[in-house]
Amino acid sequence: MSSGVDLEHVTIRFGDFTAVDDANLSIKKGEFFSFLGPSGCGKTTILRAVSGFNEPTEGTVRINGNDMQGIGPNKRPTALIFQNLALFPLMSVADNIAFGLEVEGIKYVERRRRAEELLDLIALSGQGDKMVSELSGGQKQRVAIARALAVEPEVLLLDEPLSALDLKLRQHMRSELRNIQQRVGITFIYITHDQGEALTMSDRIAVMSAGLIEQVGDGSTIYNEPETAFVASFVGENNPFFGKVIKADENYAQIQNKFGLLRGRNTQGLSEGDSAILFVRPEALSLVHGDEPSENVIESTILSEEFEGHSIHIHLEGETAKKIALSISNDGTGSKLQVGDTTKICFDVDRAIVLPEGDLADE
Amino acid sequence: MSDQLQNLDLPYFAIFLTFFLAVLSSLLVLAPTQRGISATWDYLKQVKFIERNGIVVSTYIVIAVSLWVVVMIVAPQFFMVELSFHDGTVAADVNYDYSQTPYTFNNYSYVIFGSGSDDSYFNVLHLKVFLRTIIASVCITLLAFVLCYPIAYYMAQTAKGGTVRLLLICLVLPFWVNEILRAFAFRILFGSSGVINSVLIGSGIMDEPFDFIKADIAMYAGLSYAYILLMIFPIYNAIESLDHNQIEAARDLGSSWSRIHYRVVMPYAKPGIASGCTMVFMLTAGALAAPQILGGPSSLWFTQIITNWFNLGDWTRGSAYAFLFLLSCIVFVLTVMKYFKVNLGELAK
Repeated sequence: MSSGVDLEHVTIRFGDFTAVDDANLSIKKGEFFSFLGPSGCGKTTILRAVSGFNEPTEGTVRINGNDMQGIGPNKRPTALIFQNLALFPLMSVADNIAFGLEVEGIKYVERRRRAEELLDLIALSGQGDKMVSELSGGQKQRVAIARALAVEPEVLLLDEPLSALDLKLRQHMRSELRNIQQRVGITFIYITHDQGEALTMSDRIAVMSAGLIEQVGDGSTIYNEPETAFVASFVGENNPFFGKVIKADENYAQIQNKFGLLRGRNTQGLSEGDSAILFVRPEALSLVHGDEPSENVIESTILSEEFEGHSIHIHLEGETAKKIALSISNDGTGSKLQVGDTTKICFDVDRAIVLPEGDLADE
Repeated sequence: MSDQLQNLDLPYFAIFLTFFLAVLSSLLVLAPTQRGISATWDYLKQVKFIERNGIVVSTYIVIAVSLWVVVMIVAPQFFMVELSFHDGTVAADVNYDYSQTPYTFNNYSYVIFGSGSDDSYFNVLHLKVFLRTIIASVCITLLAFVLCYPIAYYMAQTAKGGTVRLLLICLVLPFWVNEILRAFAFRILFGSSGVINSVLIGSGIMDEPFDFIKADIAMYAGLSYAYILLMIFPIYNAIESLDHNQIEAARDLGSSWSRIHYRVVMPYAKPGIASGCTMVFMLTAGALAAPQILGGPSSLWFTQIITNWFNLGDWTRGSAYAFLFLLSCIVFVLTVMKYFKVNLGELAK
């Protein structure tokens, strides 16, 4: 098929537990592809199936169109970057980077030269003789990347490599990783539970939940056009309004909710009587000033207000324990609201989306 | 005591003292702290040893450790070394009290040169046994390592909890049996009408029984088995703390299993390997039961010679032999450790 990584009906079971359920997707060569999902959703299992540490129970993993069944991790054109990096503590930085080359039987001088090149790439020139323990967290991170790149893999697999870093470094490393990927031009498959990482770095994202791939798409599609309630609630902040569909056509659906009738886009073909959730992003909600719109108006009590510089976050009492979040941009005048006040908020029908309730029914 | 001091031949006493200090310092080096007494005291003050543990526990620990070191280690060695410089040819009284006999180097020169009445210049017989004991101990240590490393690795990295417990029990249980009984069991196993010969003859591989005991195979097998726990546990401990991701990382980078062990696991487990090898070597070299019971008629272990001197009633010569042997083993171990760049401190890890 294509020259990237293909998963064809990949199912992975551990005993009775199905870690990955019928995963089907095609990752293009040179793509930065992320698997996003909460811990335990099977994303690491998929990564290990691509790298060769797990074999799929059913289905096929193809790299460059070749079936990888029975080919060990040491024979696959992939390199894995571990969550805890797994650098070799008793080897120097250069020896770590050159380990893959040492395995290939490349002579010391040549190894050392290649290691220096990679050290240049990761901006650690001349630090090859240091021990790993002498490096900072971000430097170790980059050494792990260099060690994986040294074997010139066709696919680089990254298992939450930034999760051990502090926030600032993490944000810095995001752009660094993206940079390195664009320079070397190989396929990156990135595992994360952090939607910010996935959205900022990836060409495409697969959102996973409980072993199932819920949706595959680029960042803005995932964020703006979620196909399932899980994707809508997991990626970014979202306000759910539970209800039954009382009126539906091919473009819009209306639900009956505690707050009244709410209408949003009907992308999943819901029909009358279906249990559904209407999702509205905090930034799509606004306070009612002046004339009240004809629909999608919610009246609720203000519970708290947070000032965050460029925006103001307001939390209102919701239908469940979960509050309604609203964020308005700071126009310099403040919200002029008091905690405890009752206010009206509204949203545009095209910025709300009605999705089947799915697994979120109990929330 | 004062009478004794007056009788002392001073130069001999000085030499004796130097020797003893050498033993003492080598023992001190073996202590994990490697500190002097005052430095140790400063250290204890610094970590608030007494404040932390309370006066009762602290006193108990200090007294217990001092007693252990002085009564069990320093004092016996001191008396043994002192004894080895006495002249055993002068008849001692019935209680083997040599304190009235003069100091001499005879016992030490005997180890190397023999009585002088032999044909050869050196004490060839004993030196040969000495060398063979060391070399055989090295071989047995290596054999034990080759046998134990895979088991330790399997238990530490591959096996699941239940399997590990089962394996541990299987390894430990046989050691509830007395060492001498175990040696006899090996003798029965390897005897001319023993299980192994019966099987070999029964299956038609051999026509007549092979004398495993005469060929010393029984002894080497018995000695290799005798101390495997002391090899497995330190290595197991060391490998257990190795992050499994490192093994997978090496594998992912294309490494073969042999290279993973050579480059990743073994360097990491080096302190454990050194600790296991040191213990097995020292104990094998100093073993008595297995060589006595399983050794062939022509084979002699150095410890048997030492025992023989004590049995013959010459404790001074036995002491000299024992002390020289201990010293040689320590020097040998330290040299090997230096070569493999292992610090003494790491052994206590």
